[in-house]
Amino acid sequence: MLGFADRPLGACMSRPISSVTRRRFLQSTALGVVATLHAPAVLRAQGTPVKIGVLHPVSGALAYSGQQGRIGAQLAIEEINATGGIKSLGGAKIEPVLGDAQSTPDGGNAEVEKMNAAGVAAVVGGYASGICLAASQTAARYDLPYIVDVGVVDSIVTRGLKNTFRFGPGFGVIAKTAIENLVAINEQAGKPAKTVMIVHEDSAFGAGLAKLLNTQLPERGFQVLETISHPTPTRDFNNVALKIRAQNPDIVIPANYYNEYVLLARTMQQQRIRPKGIYSVLGGAASSYKFVKEFPEAAQYIMDCNHWFDPKNPKALALKKKIEDKGEFYTYEVYMNYSCVLLLADALERAASADRAKIIAALESSTFKGHVMPYGPTKFVNGQNEGAAPVNTQVLDKDIQVILPSAFASAKAVFPMPPA
Amino acid sequence: MLSSVILVPAVLNGLMTGAVYALVALGLTLIYGVLHIINFAHGALLTAAMFAVFFTYKLLGVDPYVAAVGLTPLFFVIGYALQRYVIGPAAHGDDRNILLVTLGLAVVIENALLYAFRADTRTINLPYAFDVIEFHNAFLAKPRVIACAAVIGVALVLGILMRFTSTGKAIRAVAKEKLGAELAGIDVAHIYAVTFGIGTACLAIAACLLMPTYYVNPHAGNAFVLVAFTVVVLGGMGSVTGALLGGLFVGVVESLCGLYLGESLGQIGIFVMFILVLLLRPNGLFGERA
Repeated sequence: MLGFADRPLGACMSRPISSVTRRRFLQSTALGVVATLHAPAVLRAQGTPVKIGVLHPVSGALAYSGQQGRIGAQLAIEEINATGGIKSLGGAKIEPVLGDAQSTPDGGNAEVEKMNAAGVAAVVGGYASGICLAASQTAARYDLPYIVDVGVVDSIVTRGLKNTFRFGPGFGVIAKTAIENLVAINEQAGKPAKTVMIVHEDSAFGAGLAKLLNTQLPERGFQVLETISHPTPTRDFNNVALKIRAQNPDIVIPANYYNEYVLLARTMQQQRIRPKGIYSVLGGAASSYKFVKEFPEAAQYIMDCNHWFDPKNPKALALKKKIEDKGEFYTYEVYMNYSCVLLLADALERAASADRAKIIAALESSTFKGHVMPYGPTKFVNGQNEGAAPVNTQVLDKDIQVILPSAFASAKAVFPMPPA
Repeated sequence: MLSSVILVPAVLNGLMTGAVYALVALGLTLIYGVLHIINFAHGALLTAAMFAVFFTYKLLGVDPYVAAVGLTPLFFVIGYALQRYVIGPAAHGDDRNILLVTLGLAVVIENALLYAFRADTRTINLPYAFDVIEFHNAFLAKPRVIACAAVIGVALVLGILMRFTSTGKAIRAVAKEKLGAELAGIDVAHIYAVTFGIGTACLAIAACLLMPTYYVNPHAGNAFVLVAFTVVVLGGMGSVTGALLGGLFVGVVESLCGLYLGESLGQIGIFVMFILVLLLRPNGLFGERA
């Protein structure tokens, strides 16, 4: 009890006596009581690692993104373990159970079954919307908490699954932001763009987004000339490029995954197609340092509304350096998974238990701040983090700059694209 | 939509894709024409060849087009050995067995590749992969133009080989009348193996032509073989000319369907055509009447 006597005194030295001191005193006493009550549980848990499922499509068509996601998740786990594990569980280490969804929803399901059998406390990941939808549904059968790392389809969080949480933004918010920002950029440039063409991949992510854009763009004064869908993987965009050339839209909006995005951009460059702007919404490669480094000419001036780290957060920049020192690219999969694992660790810390129901309850009440994203306050409503938001980026001189919102911006938008 | 600005390039693209289909179909139809078997291992062997191209580039830094010089003879030997020492002996002279043996081979090869290289999709990035040749209104991708020219070259060489060399004559003799050829002193087992070897060598060339613009994973070859079957049926089973023209035609159909029905439905035209040919002209355009 000596400690309690010291603390208010210490507080007196630095600031005036106030009711806070008394409240703190009560708080710490209460905590002390709770800790005492829980002591046996903590003792029992000590040393028992908490298993968490880390699910990504590390092989197949989405292998690159999946591997990047895994890097981010593993790095977060390493850091948590290196700094004393989950303290409320007596410093329990986190033990990742890695899963490969093989770029298919079925693959994701099979891995969740295996993870459940392995006794994981929660699952993080999924990456593609299709995989997230299937895997979280399977996890729901076992009341297994599931944190979606990227998957943006809104139905992920509107099915009423209590176990499913998404830290990042969904389609609805992204499409709305993307369109508002496009209108803003266009108006600033004197409204040079009137027509758009949408090129999207044909699974849940691309098709859903195209549908949203098709209803919202006309309302904001843009004419959608044509919407082209293609499967993943596609290895030939010549026909698509021909159609774009024939229609000659002011803006091309691609919504697809990494490989196809790169191929489309390169085919457009090859076929000398140069619209006023390439403005992607969740473009698989537009906000990727890998793309910018490997094909700087094809990437130049591409704008994107996408997940991005907070460029003003020192923690995000430290992580960037760490990833780049490893010889990897700092892509959104990395920092989103990194943040999701930290979110889960925070929930574990507060739940003080590896019990699935308690983790779900802790996630529901999460106000987690220790992430690296440019988000507002964390608040989960029906599993969706209301604070999540995308930003607009543009590739400028072999680097990726944030152009909107102005609070996070590091450069001004260049639009329309200067002629080659 | 039917403007020549996109129609002409789309047809040209289709022709160039079709050339590679034709090459794959050429191997298939040759083996069918002589051995009278459908080689189900064709797709798996193509995939294996694509992996071979991929790794000669990644590990040895050999350009895919240069690699053709070494890989074509290598795959000829592989094909020869497969027929001579695996398929031939295992079949015990029964056609149905050959069918099953090639199917078994396909499963073994594909799964061996899957085990060794996982399901990852791999690509080669070549500096010239996106170079274009300007042709009237169209920008043609250089690798495709090269592929198209190479296929025509291979077809010509193969035609000369079949017409003027003694091995070619022997192959034709075996295809026409196996027993007669045997009585005339032709080593049928050897000719079978040579034919299988040529068919496999065609795949190695096709793989070298594909890799600069295409990807490889353990199932990559199947996409081509399904199309090649259609080509063979369209052109007439066993007909080399049929395979060539059929391949080009299928390429154009695919390209135009992709253009007008959307990329997701691009291949539907091929298979509709497959069914139509089977219904209306079961012997194909150039096939001999059964």
